[in-house]
Amino acid sequence: MDVLVCVKRVPAVGAEILLTADATAVDTRHLGFTIGPHEECAVEEAVRIAGRTGGSAGVLTVGPAETEEQLRYALSMGADHAVRVDAPVADPQPEVSAAAIASALRDLPPYDLVLFGEASADAGHAQVAFRVACALRRPVVGGVKGIEPGSDTVAVRREVGDGVEVHDAPLPAVVAVLEGLNLPRYPTIKGRLRARKARVRVLDAPSATGGLRTLRLRHRPDARAQTVELGRGAAAAPAVVDVLADLGVVR
Amino acid sequence: MVLAVIERETDGTPSAASAEVLAAARDLAHRLDLPVAAVAVGEAGDLPEDLVKQGVSHLHLLRHELLADGGPACTGEALAQLVAARRPAAVLAASTTESTEAMAWAAAALGVPLATACTEIRPRPEGCDELWEVTRERSGGILLEDAALDAPVRLCTLSAGGRPTGETAAAAEVTVDVFVPELDAAVPRARRVERAPRAAGMTLATAPVVVSGGRGVGSAEGYAVLEELAGLVGGAVGCSRVATNNGWRPHADQVGLTGTRVHPDLYIACGISGATQHWVGCMGARSILAVNTDPEAPMMRRATWSVVGDVHEVLPAVIAEIRRRSGR
Ligand SMILES: Cc1cc2nc3c(=O)[nH]c(=O)nc-3n(C[C@H](O)[C@H](O)[C@H](O)COP(=O)(O)OP(=O)(O)OC[C@H]3O[C@@H](n4cnc5c(N)ncnc54)[C@H](O)[C@@H]3O)c2cc1C
Ligand SMILES: Nc1ncnc2c1ncn2[C@@H]1O[C@H](COP(=O)(O)O)[C@@H](O)[C@H]1O
Repeated sequence: MDVLVCVKRVPAVGAEILLTADATAVDTRHLGFTIGPHEECAVEEAVRIAGRTGGSAGVLTVGPAETEEQLRYALSMGADHAVRVDAPVADPQPEVSAAAIASALRDLPPYDLVLFGEASADAGHAQVAFRVACALRRPVVGGVKGIEPGSDTVAVRREVGDGVEVHDAPLPAVVAVLEGLNLPRYPTIKGRLRARKARVRVLDAPSATGGLRTLRLRHRPDARAQTVELGRGAAAAPAVVDVLADLGVVR
Repeated sequence: MVLAVIERETDGTPSAASAEVLAAARDLAHRLDLPVAAVAVGEAGDLPEDLVKQGVSHLHLLRHELLADGGPACTGEALAQLVAARRPAAVLAASTTESTEAMAWAAAALGVPLATACTEIRPRPEGCDELWEVTRERSGGILLEDAALDAPVRLCTLSAGGRPTGETAAAAEVTVDVFVPELDAAVPRARRVERAPRAAGMTLATAPVVVSGGRGVGSAEGYAVLEELAGLVGGAVGCSRVATNNGWRPHADQVGLTGTRVHPDLYIACGISGATQHWVGCMGARSILAVNTDPEAPMMRRATWSVVGDVHEVLPAVIAEIRRRSGR
């Protein structure tokens, strides 16, 4: 089975997020970059399915040259080929990303399964997978935490509301996954060396525009009061239990 | 009109999330001086009586045998056709998996943008007619994004929480329309083949107290003391992504951006530094107690109460003190 995973380069923010002077983006001058956990699980799943079925596991991103760092990370996890659809920014509008991915899928050899993260880790539009599926008129299921590929269909499991559902989709299909689907591996040294030398195929993006334009980013107002230090080490126990008693969780 | 997408429970009543969507739709419709309409899948049931009390004057019922499969494509396609036919000013839906999927498909089919996880919708800022502004949550809500939404019909999903859903002026009457979309059975689609109720019991999302552990807990075995404390305070055990990545805890326990958002009265963060991706999962707690060897850890500075110390010294002492006081 041939599987393709769409991954997005996102800043690996720490405990504080700095914004650029014009507040339209996260200030990434002192940050590293990564892919989101949902997508990491998607890559892991693709590598496992390819291994099990004797197929291939590809990765694709839409963005400028530096996003190849994330493609190489996926290659070091065991993906066997990588595609970058050239775009001027790493955080395109969702309509633009979807148009680029759909166009690439029309150009590339066919895949049986195209995996997405449920939502990108930075913008979190939660829609690119569905737009791609709609453009290609392919079946799609999101919120997925279990994938069972068959010969011409795929069964997927997800939790929605108070229920657990199984959906069956004819192949080729689009699936958006959630972290928890599996436990992603850490890249091996060998994998890293192989990834460093791998060739990334670069495709052109179609011209597309979107209707949702970022004006500014803001920090959420933090209403929390001044922290009260209850003490140090085991000696703090009585003060802690006083708090628990005040809250009514212990007698 | 402003169109609210109603999700229904298995008994046909609107979900709690739908009540919030209706409240937001009413508010928006009021500002635009437009009527409120609602759309739902299936039979009317008690919905018209329910919705007229909520100020809804039009109910559109989507009906087609393919809609029973519960796939997002069919609902999305049906929604897109309704929107194309009725041309509402805006369509609002909940941020649940199902509604988001349907809205994403509908937006794609209509060729319009979709603003997800919105906390606020501002029509026509500064007298500009077409351009609306929204505020949406990014990175799970740690950042807010003000965005221009430029579309003939504005599709928005609303982030959960915070909207009052109480009494409102009822509409004079509600007109019920059945809308049968054109869905081609030959188009390849996903079909729901099984649905089972999820195991009941206290979940992380509903627990009144969450005792959560991160890297500082040190090992899978290290969680025994958190389990014991959770048992004493009637809470559930949570964890950080480091714990799940190390295989110490199942992912179902993970709190944060890609885990569960928790809203307990008390969140006890043990050996958790407080990275933004973890913080968005616990910032909804009424109060936070942080236990950490590092007094400068971000979680220690954001918590309501802090204890500087080793998890494995502090928690056993707390447990002993609880047992001493209660004589257990
Ligand atoms: C896109 C993305 C999404 C993410 N989603 C999530 C998510 O959903 N949930 C999540 O949790 N993380 C998430 N993360 C990871 C997040 O960035 C942090 O890496 C993670 O939360 C850190 O976990 P931690 O606090 O346990 O570990 P650390 O950051 O290593 O902190 C450990 C803390 O324990 C303290 N400590 C050490 N020993 C002891 C001891 N004996 N007693 C007491 N304290 C001690 C240390 O002082 C330190 O403060 C995500 C990251 C990315 C990039
Ligand atoms: N620029 C991009 N390049 C490749 N894949 C992307 C891009 N943006 C989004 N995706 C994929 O679409 C998913 C959902 O993204 P979003 O709709 O932004 O939440 C992500 O988890 C990725 O799998």
